[in-house]
Amino acid sequence: MTEPLLRVRDLRTYFVTEHGSGTARAVDGVSFDLYAGETLGLVGESGCGKTVTSLSVLRLIPEPPGHIRPGSFIEFAGRNLLTLAPRELRAIRGNQIAMIFQEPMTSLNPVFTVGYQIAEAAIVHQRLSRRAARARAIEMLKLVGIPDPTQRVDHYPHQMSGGMRQRVMIAMALVCHPKVLIADEPTTALDVTIQAQILELLERLQAELGMAVMLITHDLGVVAGSADRVVVMYAGQVVEQAPTPELFARPLHPYTEGLLASVPRLDAPPARARGRLHGIPGQVPAATDWPGGCRFHPRCPYAWDRCRDEEPPLLDASTGEPGTHTVRCWLLTEPQRRTARPLP
Amino acid sequence: MTSSGGAVVDVQGLVKHFPGERGWLGLGRPRAVVRAVDDVSFTIAAGQTLGLVGESGCGKSTVGRTILRLIEPDAGRVAIDGVNVLTLGGRELRALRRRMQIVFQDPYGSLNPRLTVRQTLAEPLAIHHLAAGPDAERRIVALLEEVGLDRGFAQSYAHELSGGQRQRVGIARALSVEPQFLVLDEPVSALDVSVQAQVLNLLADLQRRRRLTYLFIAHDLAVVKHVADHVAVMYLGKLVERAPAALLYTAPRHPYTTSLLSAVPVPDPKAQRPRIVLTGDVPSPAHPPPGCPFHPRCPHPKKDARCRTEPPALREVAPGQFAACHYAEEPL
Repeated sequence: MTEPLLRVRDLRTYFVTEHGSGTARAVDGVSFDLYAGETLGLVGESGCGKTVTSLSVLRLIPEPPGHIRPGSFIEFAGRNLLTLAPRELRAIRGNQIAMIFQEPMTSLNPVFTVGYQIAEAAIVHQRLSRRAARARAIEMLKLVGIPDPTQRVDHYPHQMSGGMRQRVMIAMALVCHPKVLIADEPTTALDVTIQAQILELLERLQAELGMAVMLITHDLGVVAGSADRVVVMYAGQVVEQAPTPELFARPLHPYTEGLLASVPRLDAPPARARGRLHGIPGQVPAATDWPGGCRFHPRCPYAWDRCRDEEPPLLDASTGEPGTHTVRCWLLTEPQRRTARPLP
Repeated sequence: MTSSGGAVVDVQGLVKHFPGERGWLGLGRPRAVVRAVDDVSFTIAAGQTLGLVGESGCGKSTVGRTILRLIEPDAGRVAIDGVNVLTLGGRELRALRRRMQIVFQDPYGSLNPRLTVRQTLAEPLAIHHLAAGPDAERRIVALLEEVGLDRGFAQSYAHELSGGQRQRVGIARALSVEPQFLVLDEPVSALDVSVQAQVLNLLADLQRRRRLTYLFIAHDLAVVKHVADHVAVMYLGKLVERAPAALLYTAPRHPYTTSLLSAVPVPDPKAQRPRIVLTGDVPSPAHPPPGCPFHPRCPHPKKDARCRTEPPALREVAPGQFAACHYAEEPL
């Protein structure tokens, strides 16, 4: 395989809690690769660390209360982003690695026109003149499919709908033609017909511009339709990682299995459509107090002594090329313990 | 402990228009009237679930609230087991409120942060003079148990609970007065999927055990497929399609229903279907387009001048299936 564009190794981002009494280990030893041109889905429920992971890549973690632990490593284009001087980092952020956020309203500045906000990164990174910046903003609005771009360029965010604001966010992120786009729940706040528009737009732009996309989402449906590979996170760790078709056909971590069983499905056969959903008993533990051993063991239907005592490493479960499907679960060493799933 | 068994809920011609607010400091020109709910009719059989779906701003939550008279409707008739909710006065209405309750979407905003779970559950019992003292205590413990919460939670405040636990408290509060009919307004959309599954299972169990009638308001068609017997689809304040769930999901007749269904992402990389991507945004309900409200976004190839001028009526196009489209006989 070719060299990855972005290599994350043993990333640990901790936060000191409000009362100063504890440490929330929000991201706790995360490793993954992102290759040029691919879409990597980062999936998990609230509090699993997926957003903190993406913010860490751009070093947008507020310090304090957060800090990225020594020994963490994020390599982009041959350089460790975690040791770059602020100046060097600014040359990359927004230019070669860009990000879009879930809430288009809170991520846009209400007192500047959308045209100015789109062009700002190009003015800073490429030293465009005012006139050239405005032309670039219009071009970007056209690219993301906003009608009447020459008028819209002078509008303010509050004059636009949610779907249009998200298009503006995307235009802002892509104005410097980044190599990596981090999209954090880009469609979660949108209605399903608008979500379809935005996903379609991201797919088209990725094909046109050839960038790599890190798609952070809780929605397994969005991942199934958009991602080439999937990283599943639970309790600050990667618990499973596989190519998308493989992950959905052969989920090996009991958490991945449980997540898939929890989703009500539009494609369920009518006879099964009204059946009980499996769900996962209990809830995600607090980041200040991850369970010992395997962090999923208190909710796992298969857990045995070893799971309580010993934390499993990421084990290789690939059927093809080694390392393509990895799972953090002791079941891989004792597959006979994967017995029929008891009803919760 | 009285009422057992669900109620028949009959809604006819429900209308709610919000007056256009004046702009700046009340001095500007009055804005156009917002037709949040515009002639909505449906019936829910006892012990059954009607799923009411639509996108933000389509009026689905306003329907739920006007039925319970949390918002006063402008016109229409709402009958719970034959009793017209809309003509009742204060005392009678309060008595009827025992039979109909609501569970809100946001389990963070809908619980009083100053009350413990016990106080939250004791309040409706006191208001409706259902129980006090040790009797109330017994009922609170039984309610917590019924929604799958340990009795120790009675001492907790809302902020000490997770989203799923709060939603269980919201459900327990609604159940405390032994209602027959529940409006569930996006009850699981704020929850993570693993917790969402637990709460959906709980709602199904409660419905079976207590034979409750549900109006299940949601934007997620996959969730609605899982819970609903009948489904009604709303767009810009109007019902555009209403049908038994099995029919609506397999043979939708309105192009909006078809488009909505095609836009739902399916968690299976092998089952990716062609998406119908609607262009544009939902128009403002203050300025609905003339003719069919869906025509500016409609992907139907037969779309013509009639769609732009003549509003289609909601009519029966197959046994039990109603659609408001001139071309419902030739679905997408």
